Amino acid sequence: MSEKKIKVLIWDLDNTVWDGVLLEDKSVTLRAGVADVIKELDRRGILQSIASKNAHDDAMEKLKEFGLDQYFIYPQINWSSKAESVGIITQSINVGIDTIAFIDDQPFEREEVAFTHKEVLCLEETELDKLLDRDEFMPRFVTSDSKNRRAMYQSDITRNKLEEDFTGPTEEFLATLNLEMTITPATDDDLQRAEELTQRTHQLNTTGYTYTYDELRKFIESDEHDLLIASLNDKYGTYGKIGVCLIERNQTYWNVKLLLMSCRVMSRGVGTIMINHIISEASKAGVTLRAEFIQTDRNRMMFITYRLGNFEILKQEDNRYVLENDCTNVAKLPPYISLNVIKGKSKQECEVESEMA
Amino acid sequence: MQQNKELVRAFFGRFFETGNLTDDLDIFKAGFVNSLFAMQLIGWIEKNFSTTVSDEDLNLANFNSVNAIANFIERKGV
Repeated sequence: MSEKKIKVLIWDLDNTVWDGVLLEDKSVTLRAGVADVIKELDRRGILQSIASKNAHDDAMEKLKEFGLDQYFIYPQINWSSKAESVGIITQSINVGIDTIAFIDDQPFEREEVAFTHKEVLCLEETELDKLLDRDEFMPRFVTSDSKNRRAMYQSDITRNKLEEDFTGPTEEFLATLNLEMTITPATDDDLQRAEELTQRTHQLNTTGYTYTYDELRKFIESDEHDLLIASLNDKYGTYGKIGVCLIERNQTYWNVKLLLMSCRVMSRGVGTIMINHIISEASKAGVTLRAEFIQTDRNRMMFITYRLGNFEILKQEDNRYVLENDCTNVAKLPPYISLNVIKGKSKQECEVESEMA
Repeated sequence: MQQNKELVRAFFGRFFETGNLTDDLDIFKAGFVNSLFAMQLIGWIEKNFSTTVSDEDLNLANFNSVNAIANFIERKGV
């Protein structure tokens, strides 16, 4: 079994983040070392939230006093059970429950969370000192996207709120965002992020193949492969590098070995735009497009995307499929997004080859 | 059947302008469709008509127009 990495740490406040109970003592003091842990986790791209039984405004005010309020997304400071708070946070951030850790000084709270969410890593506050050294909190890479992860989620919260308030059709809302997607061939600088995405992304992932940095590097150099990176911006800022696609080029068909998109952009329709871009390129090259697909209990959306994207089933063996699109129909780009395609060297060579053939 | 068509149309209306949409227009060719919409469409059919869309049902021809979807729902006997 692969070692699970924690994506979100959920903090208790009283006697965990600070010494004392805020309701009883307005002048609680920060626990020694806690600010350093919070800041370092933030730098590593591990998101942080709060599940605390407290008066919301008072607790947030106190965190502000400590200069820590901006580090937490979707803080749940209320009188609900902590299991419920953990559930809400997990859903709001849209990550797997098995990537959540929860730290609380009270055994009752830890047990209650563990009872409902068996896969959550529950930690005592005494484990705080060694927390940064634990393997689960050690991402393999810290990329520029990791460091900005919290900021990106915070702009997502602004966007989502606007989206909830918007009453017209989804496409009209998307049109207000000025979405810009860029597809580029991966460079050395992208590889850490690409590797990170192959490990972090499960829902919007067609095969779940993970590749190491070195393997990905070979694909960049290979004439038979295209490794594409998608990034996305809108008027609120950047979503960062959010998609990876690996294509293997053969004489008569291209094969999509891997297509994945970060769950954060699920509602932006970018997976389909990536596929349509590749269909269009394959169509120009006069080949068909195949796609490998390995079904899991979490990636049905990608199967639906392919199947309703005109991919026929060519082969199936248990949960492994080979799908094929004849590339005769190339869908138009939806009006709410603009697409910027940057071509690399290998791509141009391939176009020359196909013209000669 | 007519009623199902109306329901499908109303569902589409949450995502895009349906004013000029004819019952047989191929919504996938017309570029209305993205992954999320596709997923929500399948989810909506399953929930609203208490049926399951199996992997075998996931054929483009079953879902690419108002008519196709209404027919599919009818065939599922719901």
